[in-house]
Amino acid sequence: MGKYLEMMRIRFLMMLAYRTNYYTGIIIYTINIGAYYFLWTAIYGGKGSIQGVSVSQMTTYVAIAWMARAFYFNNLDREIAEEIREGKVAIELIRPYNYLLTKVMQGLGEGIFRFIFFSIPGFIIVAFIFHLQIPFNATTLGLFLIASFFSFIINTQINLLTGLMAFFLHNNVGFIQAKRVIIDLFSGLTIPITFFPLWAQHIMKFLPFQGISYIPSMIFAQGMKGNALIQALGFQLIWAIGLCIPIVLIWQKAKKQLIVQGG
Amino acid sequence: MYYTSMFFQYMGQYFKTKFQYRADFFMSFFSDLLAQAVNLIFILLVFNHTNYIKGWNKDEIIFIYGFFLVPFALFGAFFNIWDFNDRYIVKGEFDRILTRPIHSLFQVILEKLELESLIGAVTGLIIMIYAGSNLGLTVRWYDPIIFLIMVIGGTLVYGGVFIALASIGFWSDARTSIMPLMYNISNYGRYPINIYNPIIRFVLTWILPFAFVGVYPAAYFLHKSEWYMYSFLTPIVGIVVFCLSVFIWNVGVKKYRGAGN
Repeated sequence: MGKYLEMMRIRFLMMLAYRTNYYTGIIIYTINIGAYYFLWTAIYGGKGSIQGVSVSQMTTYVAIAWMARAFYFNNLDREIAEEIREGKVAIELIRPYNYLLTKVMQGLGEGIFRFIFFSIPGFIIVAFIFHLQIPFNATTLGLFLIASFFSFIINTQINLLTGLMAFFLHNNVGFIQAKRVIIDLFSGLTIPITFFPLWAQHIMKFLPFQGISYIPSMIFAQGMKGNALIQALGFQLIWAIGLCIPIVLIWQKAKKQLIVQGG
Repeated sequence: MYYTSMFFQYMGQYFKTKFQYRADFFMSFFSDLLAQAVNLIFILLVFNHTNYIKGWNKDEIIFIYGFFLVPFALFGAFFNIWDFNDRYIVKGEFDRILTRPIHSLFQVILEKLELESLIGAVTGLIIMIYAGSNLGLTVRWYDPIIFLIMVIGGTLVYGGVFIALASIGFWSDARTSIMPLMYNISNYGRYPINIYNPIIRFVLTWILPFAFVGVYPAAYFLHKSEWYMYSFLTPIVGIVVFCLSVFIWNVGVKKYRGAGN
């Protein structure tokens, strides 16, 4: 375990060394949140609530969804695909660690960095600019952090799967882009899942995406309580475990048919 | 004349290289289409729960989005210079550009063609026709001409802003994330301008005039006469922004000292 924690620490320090890039990142996120903030306030107009969500819950939801994204988001799919294409993966395979676990820990180091230097200051700035009313209490915050951790796991697992596709597709840049677009919509980043028509909500119950953004953000905005909340966390847990199966299977198969293109 | 023939020669080469890697070509087609579909789904979902956004109905907002896609696609195809700093300045590639007989900006644009983006213009037109027929819009004989002028105006606004930003590279070769920043701001132009607060409205009209890419020109075709003044400013703003950016570029080229050995 020690070596994996070290991987995480190194990635964290690496990000720290290049931190200036992250300040423009905060501005970009603020701009995005701003776009949705104005859009949603316009959509609500005079209406008190839509689908049981009030306008102030909605703006909080949008803000926290983006800031949580800074934590769970990573480019592991791109990194893995690149290492496979460049043949570097062959070296990684003979090193004395599990390649995929190393990647996950690097992603976590990156996520923790962004959470501390990006999400927290970013959220304070955004809350200030857009006058968000945040219902603060320790339980909500704790549950939100647990849910966010699961969303990191699920998102990272999906990234590993898309990244590993490079073993079979050789060039999967388009595939990675398509995945990102799908996740932004179906995870609930731009619009809560309850705004989808019922049949679509039904289908999405069988997909992992809402575990990425909708569940933690809804918990934070206090739109999810009691039984629904426990069910939601259970949903995340099941997917976090379940997604390990295809990863292990694909990884086993990929190692057998590895073709290094140069390198 | 010389420039046009150069343009078509580069285009021919472009297609040859792209069709060598057909799978990539179609994959990027597909992911563009998917991104557009997702944006459209978002609008449809929102209008399941409301009938109007600040006086604009569903089909009008869809129409604005459709219009926006056309200049945006042209921009993506011909002014895809967001990595100019990395590709040309930092790596010293720009020295090579300067030895070429055509204008440096034109040469860069030729090398950075990304014609598969043009698919967006097709989706945009389909979306506009769909929304337009729902709204019962009639097409007068001069509308296609005005449409063309508006689209060119919007493309010039977009292209101009990004050329000006790329020119920053001549003064400072430090890596900046200003391009993605601007890209995100430009998304504001996809929605009616009156949903934003007055400061943002002012910025999107007069400072970073992205509103002239989507909502202002589209308002003309939607017969929103209260916005006509801005609609007809579109080509003028486009030309002004573009000329200004070419001027900045030219000044930058004079300042350029080269990097590396």
